[in-house]
Amino acid sequence: MEALQENKVVQFTEGWQQPDNLTSIRNEAKQALNAMDFPTTRVEDWKYTRTARITNKTYTQKEATSDIAPYRIPNLKCHELVFVNGYFDKSASTFLEDDGLSIQGIETLDEASYAEILEDTEENVFSLINKAYSTGGLYIHLAKNKKANYPVHIIHVLTGNGVIANSRHFIEVEEGAELYVVNSYNSNGAIDSFNNNVLEGLIGENASLTIDKLQTEENTVFHISKENFIQDPSSRFLMNTITIGGLLVRNGINILVEGANCYSEINGVYLGREKQDLDNHTFIDHLFEHCTSSETYKGVMDDSSTGVFNGKVVVRQDAQKIEAYQSNGNILLSDKSTVNSKPELEIYADDVRCSHGSTTGQLDEDALFYLRARGINKKSAQKLLVSAFIGEVLDKIKNETTRAHIDTLFLEQFGWEF
Amino acid sequence: MLSIKNLHAKVEDHDILKGLNLDVKAGEVHAIMGPNGAGKSTLASVLAGKDGYEVTEGSVDFDGIDLLELDTEDRAKEGLFLAFQYPVEIPGVSNVNFLRTALNEIREYRKEDPISAKDFMARVREKSALVELDPKLASRAVNEGFSGGEKKRNEIFQMAMLEPKLAILDETDSGLDIDALRIVANGVNKLKTKDNAVIIITHYQRLLDYIIPDFVHVLADGKIVKSGTKELALELEEKGYDWIHEKA
Repeated sequence: MEALQENKVVQFTEGWQQPDNLTSIRNEAKQALNAMDFPTTRVEDWKYTRTARITNKTYTQKEATSDIAPYRIPNLKCHELVFVNGYFDKSASTFLEDDGLSIQGIETLDEASYAEILEDTEENVFSLINKAYSTGGLYIHLAKNKKANYPVHIIHVLTGNGVIANSRHFIEVEEGAELYVVNSYNSNGAIDSFNNNVLEGLIGENASLTIDKLQTEENTVFHISKENFIQDPSSRFLMNTITIGGLLVRNGINILVEGANCYSEINGVYLGREKQDLDNHTFIDHLFEHCTSSETYKGVMDDSSTGVFNGKVVVRQDAQKIEAYQSNGNILLSDKSTVNSKPELEIYADDVRCSHGSTTGQLDEDALFYLRARGINKKSAQKLLVSAFIGEVLDKIKNETTRAHIDTLFLEQFGWEF
Repeated sequence: MLSIKNLHAKVEDHDILKGLNLDVKAGEVHAIMGPNGAGKSTLASVLAGKDGYEVTEGSVDFDGIDLLELDTEDRAKEGLFLAFQYPVEIPGVSNVNFLRTALNEIREYRKEDPISAKDFMARVREKSALVELDPKLASRAVNEGFSGGEKKRNEIFQMAMLEPKLAILDETDSGLDIDALRIVANGVNKLKTKDNAVIIITHYQRLLDYIIPDFVHVLADGKIVKSGTKELALELEEKGYDWIHEKA
């Protein structure tokens, strides 16, 4: 017992609700945690993200309700699944008629096949905490050759002081099927609370999954996510991550491309103000030939905010004829803001086309002068240029209703128009 | 309209303008010619208020306002327009969005109501025709992928949209073929009224065949060393700028 108490991770989870049926997945995760510690900035993968800001606080798991009206996407007719503090709120959720699409609790997912699907994905201490203590989640399943009638919007709300939300979802899109998911993380009067979430998925052969992730939490909230996706042959995966909220955010997308002829695209926009730390880690692992991946992340950092981009692409020896493109651009609006950008390409195949580029700078002075010389105020000119800069990424959001919602958010929060 | 007195300016530690005097009245067209490095473009930049140009002496009065006290955008709002020698490409910002923002900010400054979308588009159509600019270019990103000639026509299109009191054309003719030159000059001539004025900064006499100046000034070593009428431009063309130096 004494040995356990010295373990910071075990201490961190002390007093959290134990589910009645300790499944093997939970058990294994708990066992693994006993031997783990939280990462320090000496660990390369967490070098720029001081998680002590999160882990030196204590959290409780607390079921709650919240008004969700502000987090709906106006005019988007969709399945709305609501999670408050990581607990599913069925009464606030809406299911529409959609044959072929099944949305159940994650406990209905067969553990053996789940373990097999995600065999080759990596866990970290936070995803293991989630796995051991998750308080709920969805198993979204779309049947073969079906196109869902409606998008799925998973609305996460965090509310209260010192609360941790451990939601965990799994999306399975069967062969030839097509699904669009919006995953939004919001908070409503949450202070020193922590969204520790996991989203995983399997995109079947020739299937297509698009996810738009919107993070609009208050700047008093921590957010760590682990997003693991497996792509079967000829599948298409697109994920856009829009981060405008959260005090410390760490997004971790891992894509395992387990088949030939796949298309993978991940894009992100992160906008930091005040003392926000916004970290995007991505990892695309190409195991098979004739695949394309594309990655565009753009950050705009103001005040004393910090941005991190770490994009890793691995092209394995058998993965010939791969095209992998990656670009990261950042604009610093203040002297105190910083960005750490680290593209990593590991290529073991010899017939590939890969490129990466990273730029960090201030707004183009010549462009600013040109706009001002036409009578546009300095502030408006900056807004025009910033809007243009991130507009390229926002244009990747294909759903016009979601896009309009994001445009509204940006206008309200930053005064930026597109 | 514009009265420049004893203007001295430097860039970094180099004195470029060394006591320049110029008076421009409403309804007039002035041409400022001179060899490379004489300070022609510096004059344009100083008048437009570009960062990095320090005025060390002298004054610029623009219709009763101390121009040098104003920010770049307020100079534009007061009716000053600079057609850039090298128009800047701004990816992602559409010409139309940019011009509507500019126009409305200028109108707000003058305490006028914003222009309606319908009136604005009508104006875009009318003014783009003036410089034979494909209206499709108006909805493209500012200058992005424009040819040299399109960029210069876009400058005059913007001038037409904003209707300035005083337009400074900085080497607008450089790099243009004769047809493009004629189109640009034609646009400028059509915009000319008795209430506005134009300063043409150029190295060559060619543009002045199409836009007839009332006055021609020769700028050399930071000062206006000679002023005259349009015949002076022809004389310069014939004898070259060395002729001025020899005389001075």
